[in-house]
Amino acid sequence: MSGYLTGVLVTLSFNIIAAYAVYLPIAAGQLNLGIAGFMAIGAYAAAFLTNEMSWPIWAAVLVSAGLAGSVGLMIGLPVLRTHGIYLAMATFALGQVISAVFLNLEVVGGAAGYPVAAYAPPNIVFAAAAGVVGFMLLLSTTRFALYLTAVKSDPTVADLLGVSVRGIQAAAFTLGAMVAGFGGALYAHHYSFIEAQHFNVMLSVFPVLYVLFGGTQTVLGPLVGALFFTLAPEWLRASAEWRYALFALFIILFMAARPQGLVTMSLFRLFGRRKPQVTT
Amino acid sequence: MTAKSAQRSVALSITGLSKSFAGVRAIDNLSFEVPEGRAVALIGPNGAGKTTVFNMVSGVYPVDCGTIAVNGVDVTHMPSRKRIAAGVARSFQNIRLMAHLSVLDNLLVGQHRRNASIAAMLTPYRLVPSHRWKREALQALAESGLEAYAKENVGALPYGVRKRIDLVRATLAGANVLMLDEPAAGLNPTETNALRGDLQALKARGLTLLVVEHDMHFVDSVCENVVVLNFGQKIAEGPLSTVRQDRLVREAYLGVEEEA
Ligand SMILES: Nc1ncnc2c1ncn2[C@@H]1O[C@H](COP(=O)(O)OP(=O)(O)OP(=O)(O)O)[C@@H](O)[C@H]1O
Ligand SMILES: [Mg+2]
Repeated sequence: MSGYLTGVLVTLSFNIIAAYAVYLPIAAGQLNLGIAGFMAIGAYAAAFLTNEMSWPIWAAVLVSAGLAGSVGLMIGLPVLRTHGIYLAMATFALGQVISAVFLNLEVVGGAAGYPVAAYAPPNIVFAAAAGVVGFMLLLSTTRFALYLTAVKSDPTVADLLGVSVRGIQAAAFTLGAMVAGFGGALYAHHYSFIEAQHFNVMLSVFPVLYVLFGGTQTVLGPLVGALFFTLAPEWLRASAEWRYALFALFIILFMAARPQGLVTMSLFRLFGRRKPQVTT
Repeated sequence: MTAKSAQRSVALSITGLSKSFAGVRAIDNLSFEVPEGRAVALIGPNGAGKTTVFNMVSGVYPVDCGTIAVNGVDVTHMPSRKRIAAGVARSFQNIRLMAHLSVLDNLLVGQHRRNASIAAMLTPYRLVPSHRWKREALQALAESGLEAYAKENVGALPYGVRKRIDLVRATLAGANVLMLDEPAAGLNPTETNALRGDLQALKARGLTLLVVEHDMHFVDSVCENVVVLNFGQKIAEGPLSTVRQDRLVREAYLGVEEEA
């Protein structure tokens, strides 16, 4: 595999993980605009554990993912009392605050950044991304996944049917934070250096774009969205500047024409093996 | 019949219930009971407060005062989420199926109450070709002759079909008291007959029904008793044949009961 191709696939892997971190709360009807903060927690915690405590990478990554998830749960419970635009703003602020904390945390390098000694090669990153996709596919076959959609679709009715709306939303938020922390922890060990500035607003916003573009109705949407947004700019890189503007225009028009995203339930039905037959 | 009903326990009991919206009394000191295994209709003109009663019993609205008991348990201040476990489920006047889910998936959500453990929530049941949960939901659909719609997205289905699926979903939680809000509204005669069969089957299973319905022929064929509401107050109660002779009821309805 060429160095270039490997580099693109590594980026793709991280983008896929980030997309699923954002997808989980979105599937339950909640926008987490602070995902970069949870990536930062995972990245710094894991780097600290391998650097200072000499932990093996795998243990550091798993524990850091758990830590990001715990922070997600603790912060999520009060933050999830807000809805819609207020939730988006609260999580946005949260991501910024977390990033600011690391910027000032001298024990992990502060503003100078934090070199990471242990190295995770590309194959580990690929395996991790595949693992996240596999986990999400498995999760999509459970009642939990069904309840995510139910809670998003009609929280009042879900509640009346006995589903704990807050419980499902908190679980989705926590799980998303965990996946983000997992990605961040691997990121630190693959690129061997982290700095607080990396975990910025754009890092939080781009995965949201992948998910909205790919579509939130099915578990494959985020994967397709991440693929598209990773590969299309690579393809455009070799071409003239104006094509980037065309790309942006395409995204805007696409989202206007198809707000439900690229991959939807009805798309599956369209390409399904068997046409649905209804008799009245 | 009357002697027997005296021995029946009370499945749903409403006592001194009141509710105001912005100072306007929607429900005013309402009391009535639904005996176990019986079907009672809650009727009254538009805006009388029928849906508001359902909303208070299911916990969507808090009560201003009064008490609600389901199977002898006071649920007045119980969180809405827990009331289905106390034994009361409902359907919705304006059909509240989840639009992005298939018919089958809507029914699976309806089964939640009986499968609420963490283990059940994390079982990858979709990987099992004909999992018990799917079979159970399909069976319930088949009993109403709706199995052809199982895989359909609910959004695209005809009104009457969605209405009846909303009812099937309400039956899947294992609740013994069902509150149905205008189940026959918007159904064609064939569908209305099918619905009548559905409700009679539910009664045969021993379920207790509280039905809001404007179609008096339908009420007559399903319910033993009616409670008549007007401006939030109970103005009459008893068998339909008796109640429709009542002067107050006639005035409130101005002939609506003749319509069907
Ligand atoms: N959430 C609410 N806010 C304000 N007023 C309400 C609310 N819900 C119901 N009402 C009012 O309470 C009264 C009773 O309404 P309700 O929906 O219970 O009537 P209904 O008997 O079900 O009528 P219909 O036969 O038209 O369904 C109406 O005047 C209605 O406007
Ligand atoms: Mg009503």
